[in-house]
Amino acid sequence: MANDTAVAVEELTKRYGGRTVVDAVSLRVDAGAVVALLGPNGAGKTTTVECIAGFRTPDAGTVQVLGADPRADRDEVMARMGVMLQEGGTYQAATPREMLRLYAALYPHPLDIDALLERLGLTEPARRRIRTLSGGQKQRLNLALALVGRPSVLLLDEPTSGMDPQARLDAWDLVRELRDDGLAILLTTHFMDEAERLADVVAVIDGGRLRAVDSPAALVAADARTGSHLLVTSVENVDIAGLAAAVGAAVTPDGDGRWLLEAGPEAIPRVTAWFAERSLTLTGISVNPTSLEDVFLRLTRQGEP
Amino acid sequence: MRAQSAMELRLLLRNGENLLVTLGIPVGLLVFFSVVDVLPVRGRPVDFLVPGVLTLALMGAGMVSLAIATGFERFYLVLKRLGATPLRRTELVAAKIAAVLTVQAVQVTIVVAVAWLLGWRPTLSPSGVLLAGCALLLATAAFCGVGLALAGRLRAVATLALVNALFVVLLLISGVVFPLAALPATLARLAALLPPAALTEVLRAAFAGTALGVDALVVLALWGAAAPLIAALVFRWE
Repeated sequence: MANDTAVAVEELTKRYGGRTVVDAVSLRVDAGAVVALLGPNGAGKTTTVECIAGFRTPDAGTVQVLGADPRADRDEVMARMGVMLQEGGTYQAATPREMLRLYAALYPHPLDIDALLERLGLTEPARRRIRTLSGGQKQRLNLALALVGRPSVLLLDEPTSGMDPQARLDAWDLVRELRDDGLAILLTTHFMDEAERLADVVAVIDGGRLRAVDSPAALVAADARTGSHLLVTSVENVDIAGLAAAVGAAVTPDGDGRWLLEAGPEAIPRVTAWFAERSLTLTGISVNPTSLEDVFLRLTRQGEP
Repeated sequence: MRAQSAMELRLLLRNGENLLVTLGIPVGLLVFFSVVDVLPVRGRPVDFLVPGVLTLALMGAGMVSLAIATGFERFYLVLKRLGATPLRRTELVAAKIAAVLTVQAVQVTIVVAVAWLLGWRPTLSPSGVLLAGCALLLATAAFCGVGLALAGRLRAVATLALVNALFVVLLLISGVVFPLAALPATLARLAALLPPAALTEVLRAAFAGTALGVDALVVLALWGAAAPLIAALVFRWE
């Protein structure tokens, strides 16, 4: 349904000087969905988000948030969008509670501040100066500031970088909860697990261009079909050339005691036979261990010579 | 906007260096030189000091502390982040001005009260008070404009250093603790073209009940119009 589309980006292009940092990116975020913009540093993630947040004017293409232009229809968009910057954004001498109270006053129907502080584990430092907070606490405060106005659209730029593992899991739970409440959520990340476990749709971006857009499962499945492989683990010294010749597939070392074979499950008997004939111990063999990381690395290497 | 203004005000008052520049130094100078009679002026020192001390206080709030606060807000992306809230930029600037005006009202009250205790008794006329009020507003526009232009373009630490240096230099060349006439003629002429000396001159005439120099009002009007305009042109939000 078109009216469920909360964020619509069409052919967005942004240049700094002569350099194109975002190149004809098209993206859609629906209500009740999490879209992860996944890419290495400098891929154009933040610039894309900043165009949607109205901080930058696109050089070409259009951005629509809830059917409006974030720059031309600023008031309309800002009342319904929550933004979390990668860093900064808060008065260093203020306390989290003061900061939230200020932001609450800027929106027509804000959330309850105490409940929000509690939910994000900020009750304890709520009365401390922001400059004394840890990096993870500042991140959680920035998330709280993005949420306090009850937005319909949420833009999160690297929301969990700097958070400890528990805070990260809590933030993921919160994002899922918000999605289930019907928010449209666009987040950027360079963490594979974050994209894989949190996003309904992953958009892989590199060098300013979208390389693939699909659900994490579909991305992995598509990659697995084209490049089926086996992961072999062993504590022995493996003769790579010998194994490759016996199996009839390329073998590449993948770290200590791990080898990747460019072959499907039909090659498993030949692998186990090769180890058995030489009385070598095979500690593990698995089919299609393609992860989102494999897909990501393959997609983001395309730009390289 | 009221919430934003209250926040600005709370943070201005929370900062110790701010209070030093906005109240500590001006009131300290007023008391010290009123009590220790070393100034090269005729008449009672307090009568000479009040106009310049008021100028210094207003400059401390409008230029120095506003510039430093705004410079660091830019550095910490506070202004950028507010750009993604319903608060408009005009409202943000208005909130800052409202906070500065509130601080200035407190400054004027304290300086006048302290001066009164030191025996200051100005000769006020309705037209003098009116002109003094206009001069205060024009000078505030000029001070805030200069402060925001610097804060909106330079790095935060550069702004910090520059406005503090300006504060000291202008303290010396604006007729605050000694008359402009004591300066070399060229420097005195140059200083008279800057807002602090012009404001001091207008206030001095207003409190003495003497005729006002048109020149000083023209200087204030030009700076009061030009500085905010320049600030609006050069300001970068992040």
